Amino acid sequence: MRLIRNLIRTPEGAIGLGILALLVLIALLAPALSPGDPLRIAARPLLPPFTDVNFPLGTDRLGRDVLAGIIHGTRTSLAVGIAAALAAIAVGLCVGLAAGFAGGLVDEALMRVVDAFQIVPSFLLALAFVSVIGASVPVVVLAIALGAWADPARLTRAQVLSIRERDYVASARVIGMHPAEIAFKEILPNALPPVLALSAIIVAAAILTEAALSFLGLGDPNVVTWGSMIAEGRNILRSSPSLSIFPGIALVVTVVGVYLFSEGLTKAIAGRRSEA
Amino acid sequence: MNRALRLIRRRAISSIPVLLIVIVLTFLLLESASGDAVDAYLLSIGGGDATVAQSLRQAYGLDQSMPARLWLYVSSLAKLDLGWSVAFSRPVLDLVLERLPNTLLLMGSATALSFGLGSALGILAGAKPESLRDRALSTVSLILYAIPSFWLGLVLSIIFAVQLRWLPTSGIETIASGKTGLTRAADIAAHLVLPVAALALIYIALFLRVTRAGMAEVWRLDFVLFARSKGLSRARIVLRHVARNALLPLVTMLGLQSAAMLGGSVVIESIFAIPGFGRLAQEAVSGRDAPLLMGIIVVSAVLVICVNLAVDIVYAALDPRVGVSESGG
Repeated sequence: MRLIRNLIRTPEGAIGLGILALLVLIALLAPALSPGDPLRIAARPLLPPFTDVNFPLGTDRLGRDVLAGIIHGTRTSLAVGIAAALAAIAVGLCVGLAAGFAGGLVDEALMRVVDAFQIVPSFLLALAFVSVIGASVPVVVLAIALGAWADPARLTRAQVLSIRERDYVASARVIGMHPAEIAFKEILPNALPPVLALSAIIVAAAILTEAALSFLGLGDPNVVTWGSMIAEGRNILRSSPSLSIFPGIALVVTVVGVYLFSEGLTKAIAGRRSEA
Repeated sequence: MNRALRLIRRRAISSIPVLLIVIVLTFLLLESASGDAVDAYLLSIGGGDATVAQSLRQAYGLDQSMPARLWLYVSSLAKLDLGWSVAFSRPVLDLVLERLPNTLLLMGSATALSFGLGSALGILAGAKPESLRDRALSTVSLILYAIPSFWLGLVLSIIFAVQLRWLPTSGIETIASGKTGLTRAADIAAHLVLPVAALALIYIALFLRVTRAGMAEVWRLDFVLFARSKGLSRARIVLRHVARNALLPLVTMLGLQSAAMLGGSVVIESIFAIPGFGRLAQEAVSGRDAPLLMGIIVVSAVLVICVNLAVDIVYAALDPRVGVSESGG
C-alpha cells in the first residue's frame, strides 16, 4: 500500500496511473461504451472525422466506426501487452532463479540460451513464430513473450547472485533454514523490485510489437487492433490520413502512460529504499 | 592491440555455441510448420501431382529424417551454403547479400544520427540536472520514446512526401534515372531521410535518457567535487569529466540495441518500400519460404554478434581498465 502512496506522490506516477486507469476502464467497459461488433459496417464509408455526432472520428473505407475500433482496440492492446509481459516475466524469473541458484554447468547452459534469444531480433522471431503457427491472439502473446523473457532472466540471475552473498542470507543459512525456504523467503522478495520495474517497460514493448505485427497483417484477423487499423488506413493515406493517425495517437498515449507509470514506480521503489 | 586480438578470439569462440542454439531452435520452430517448402512451391505454381512432389522432396533432401536434415543444414552452413529460396528460386545467400547493404546503410545512418543527436541532447539535459531545460528535454524524449516507428514513418511521409512534396515517398533511389557518382549518392540520401528519421527517433530519445541518467550519477562522484574545488569552469567539468564518463555505457547500449534496430528495420523497410534485409524477411513470411526465413534469422544473429564484437573492441579502446585483469585468459 505504501508503495502505491509513494507512487502517486511522484508526478510521473500520478499521471501514468491516471492514464492507465482510464484505459483499463475503457477496455472493461468497451461493450457498454460502444455496443455491437466494432468490425460491422455502421455508416456510409469514409465519413470524415468531427462531422457526425454519432461517429465523432468518422468511418473507414468499409464504413466501420473508427471510434468503436479504437475503444475495442484498447482491449486487445492492453490484454496482449499485459499477458505477454506476465508470461515473459514468469519465464524470466524461473530461468534467472534456476541459473542463479544452481550455478556451474546449469547456469552456463541456461545463460547461453538467454544469449541466443538476445542476439536474434525479437521482432524477427515474433514474425517467424506467428507465420509458422498462424495468427491468433494467444499465438501473438506467445510470440512476443518469446522475444522478451531474456532480459528479466538476466536481471533476476544478477540479483540472485548479488543477494546470495549478503549477510542476512548467510545468517539465515547459519540458523539452519532450508535452502528452498531461503530462496523463496529471503532472496526472491528482495530480487523482485527491479524485475517489476522492468515489467512496465516489457508491457510497453509488447504493446508496440503487437501493433507492428498486426500492422504487417500478422495479427488475429477476427479482432480489431490499433495496428490493423493503421494498416487499413494506410491504403488511402493520401485522401484520409486521419484513419491512420487516430489509432496511432491512442497507441502513443497508452505507451506514454505505461512509461510514466514505470518511472513513478522506479522512483517509489528507490524512495522506499532510502526511507528504510 | 594484443589485448583487442585476445578479446576478439575469446568472444568469437564463445559465440559459436550461442549461434548453434539459435540454429537448432529456429530449425525446430520452422519444422513445426504445417506443410514444407515443396507444398509452398506447388501452391505457388498452381499445384502438381504426388510424383512431382516426391521427386522435389528427394531433390531438396526433405524426405530424410529430422535430425538428418538438421545435420545437413548445419554442415552446409559451415560451407557458407544457406540453402535455396523457394519463393525466389535463388540461393538464400545471394538474396541476403544483395539486400544487406541497403539495410546496413539504413541502420548505420540511424545509429550515427541517434548516437550523435541523442548524446548531445543528453549532455544538454544532464549539464544541469533538474533544471527547466532538463525537465523539458526529458518529457519530450519520453513522448518520442513512446511513438511506434512504423506510425511515425507514415506520419512523416504524409507531411514531407505527400503534402509538402519535399522528399520521395518510397524506394532507395529513383528507378532507371541513370544517375551516377555524386548525384546518385544525393538521390539515395534524399530517399533515406524519412526512413532514417523514423527508425532513429526512438533511439535518439533512448540515448538522450541514458546519457542524462548517467550524468546525473556522475555528478555525485568525488572526482567531480574535486574538479569543482580546483575551480575548473563549468563547461569544462561538464564535457571533460561528467559527459565523458557518462558516455561509456552508451557504447554498450549501441551493441544491445543493434538486434532491436534490425527488427525495427523490417517495418520501416516495408513502409518505405526499401529493398533491404527486413523487407526480405517480410517477403519470406508472405511467401511461406522457410529456408529463406531460416537464413535471415541466422544471418541476423551473426550480424548482431559482429556488432557486439565491434562494440567490445571500441569499449576496450576507450576504457583502459577492460581486459587488464583478464590478460591471463
